[in-house]
Amino acid sequence: MGWENFKRITFRRKKEVPGGLWLKCKGCGNLVYKKKVEEKQHVCPECQYHFTLSASERIKNMLDKGSFKEMHTHLTPTDPLQFKGSKTYKDRLERAQKNTGMKDAGIVGTGNLESRPVAFGITDSRFLMGSMGSVVGEKLARITEHATANRLPLIIVSGSGGGARMDEGMLSLYQMAKTCAALERHDQAGLLYISILTNPVMGGAFASYASVGDINIAEPKAIIGFTGPRVIEQTIRRELPAGFQTSEFLLEHGMIDMIVSRENLKSEIAKILEYCAN
Amino acid sequence: MANGQSNSNGVYLDFERPIIDIEKKIAELEEYSARRGIDFSNEINQLKGSLEGAMTEIFANLTSWQRVQMARHPHRPLTSHYLNLLIHDFLPIQGDRIFHEDGAIVCGFGKLEERKVMVIGHRKGRNPQENIKCQYGSAHPEGYRKAMRAMRMAEKFKLPILTFIDTPGAYPGIGAEERGIALAIAESIKLMSSLRVPIICTVIGEGGSGGAIGIGVGDVLLMLQNAYYSVILPEGCSAILWKDGGSNQEASEALKLTAKDVERFGICDEIVPEPIGGAHRDHKQTVQTLKDAIVRRLVELEDKPLDELLEARYEKLRSIGEFSESSK
Ligand SMILES: [Zn+2]
Repeated sequence: MGWENFKRITFRRKKEVPGGLWLKCKGCGNLVYKKKVEEKQHVCPECQYHFTLSASERIKNMLDKGSFKEMHTHLTPTDPLQFKGSKTYKDRLERAQKNTGMKDAGIVGTGNLESRPVAFGITDSRFLMGSMGSVVGEKLARITEHATANRLPLIIVSGSGGGARMDEGMLSLYQMAKTCAALERHDQAGLLYISILTNPVMGGAFASYASVGDINIAEPKAIIGFTGPRVIEQTIRRELPAGFQTSEFLLEHGMIDMIVSRENLKSEIAKILEYCAN
Repeated sequence: MANGQSNSNGVYLDFERPIIDIEKKIAELEEYSARRGIDFSNEINQLKGSLEGAMTEIFANLTSWQRVQMARHPHRPLTSHYLNLLIHDFLPIQGDRIFHEDGAIVCGFGKLEERKVMVIGHRKGRNPQENIKCQYGSAHPEGYRKAMRAMRMAEKFKLPILTFIDTPGAYPGIGAEERGIALAIAESIKLMSSLRVPIICTVIGEGGSGGAIGIGVGDVLLMLQNAYYSVILPEGCSAILWKDGGSNQEASEALKLTAKDVERFGICDEIVPEPIGGAHRDHKQTVQTLKDAIVRRLVELEDKPLDELLEARYEKLRSIGEFSESSK
């Protein structure tokens, strides 16, 4: 980092403090007016950087007003391994629950998208990095089964940088099989599944439900991959190329159908539904 | 031949040391007695007694981390050993038809007694050259895509599938990411959930996370007694949990990765006992015990109507997980 940058950051730090009216953009580094960002569904007006969106905001943006009916709201995580690192899983859960007001990282339900009924699932990256433990896996499997039984198109939006949740050990790993098995039945029933990848999706989430959409869509510049970049660097002992494991990288290598910015997401999905929903 | 390999090669784990020492003494005494014509049978029998005692003590109470080390033991039987000792008339299936022949996963037709089967397994390699060729059992996307080819063929020709899981994880590299390692694993899992032939998966050594479950979905999951199966390697877990370098010992305990743990979660259906001292001390006996378990399970699965089989497979996967669901 050069002196120029250093000066700029210290200068901005001072300015960031008052009022919380301004946000520092992680994309361009500029200070942007918070209200303007919120109006644009949390997208930077200067560089189009997509800020993290909570699950409830996402639902509001993507589904028709008031149409969402949440399902399986009582599912609550337990601590089957009595898992303990430097913090206990129990404490980590309680903190995440307090910070987000959610019981776990996943929300599922039904709603309408431009007047078309859909089944909808979402993982919120603010809750333990959106990782998939028993509750997320179960909820996604249930909404998939609901979609299959009611012949609805299924949309799952993932923000799951945490992959399979370590704290639930093997139970988390096999949520990969649980979700994929349900999606396979949905697939065989001739029904549509659209996977929307948002920043970030890694590991066991990407290697299961999040990558097997009939259509895979990513938001711009999201970080999406399997193995964490640090682990890869340690293995191959060299620096990773610029843009590695981004949406753009995925598009170039043929893993997703399109990159769609947040403001166009709803209308793009509607177009797909027109072709693929019964 | 497999018996006492660690002794003759001098490769053994720290906690095997007392056993190796006693074995050495026995061998020395036997040799001396034969050379000098002196009868040491009392002393030898005594030593054999303490050997048995030491074996029982050490191997009855292995810690989770010790089991991980057992699963990685340099003389542990690998997929290639099972291919030689369990399967005959093996006919390989190679290449993913797109990019590459991945040495880290071996696939092919084979016969288990008179039964025709499809075999899919991670291959670690038996010597340094093979190790490199096989990337120590860490597969690229092509490995899983080849495995899917083999699975579809098994379905087409109505052959049950046997998978042998032994990997530290999928390969962490640029090429693997570029060619969609996550997609390959996900597709393989998805496919296995609905294949219309019986599938028996066995964790024979290391069950390393996504790379393992990529060929780990089926009707029955067996685990060798000292195999482990984990959502993340203990080394990776300890690096995350204790930034200042926590212990693999603690991480292994926390992850609940032993066969017993995995059985308790309803994921492993049966633990296949290993000879005392571990699979590496008697390859033949290990293979025989596993063979008996596989054949017994296959007979059960083949008896079931296909729709029932698939429903049971789905129900098993569906039931994995622990949570509470009360409306308070
Ligand atoms: Zn910006």
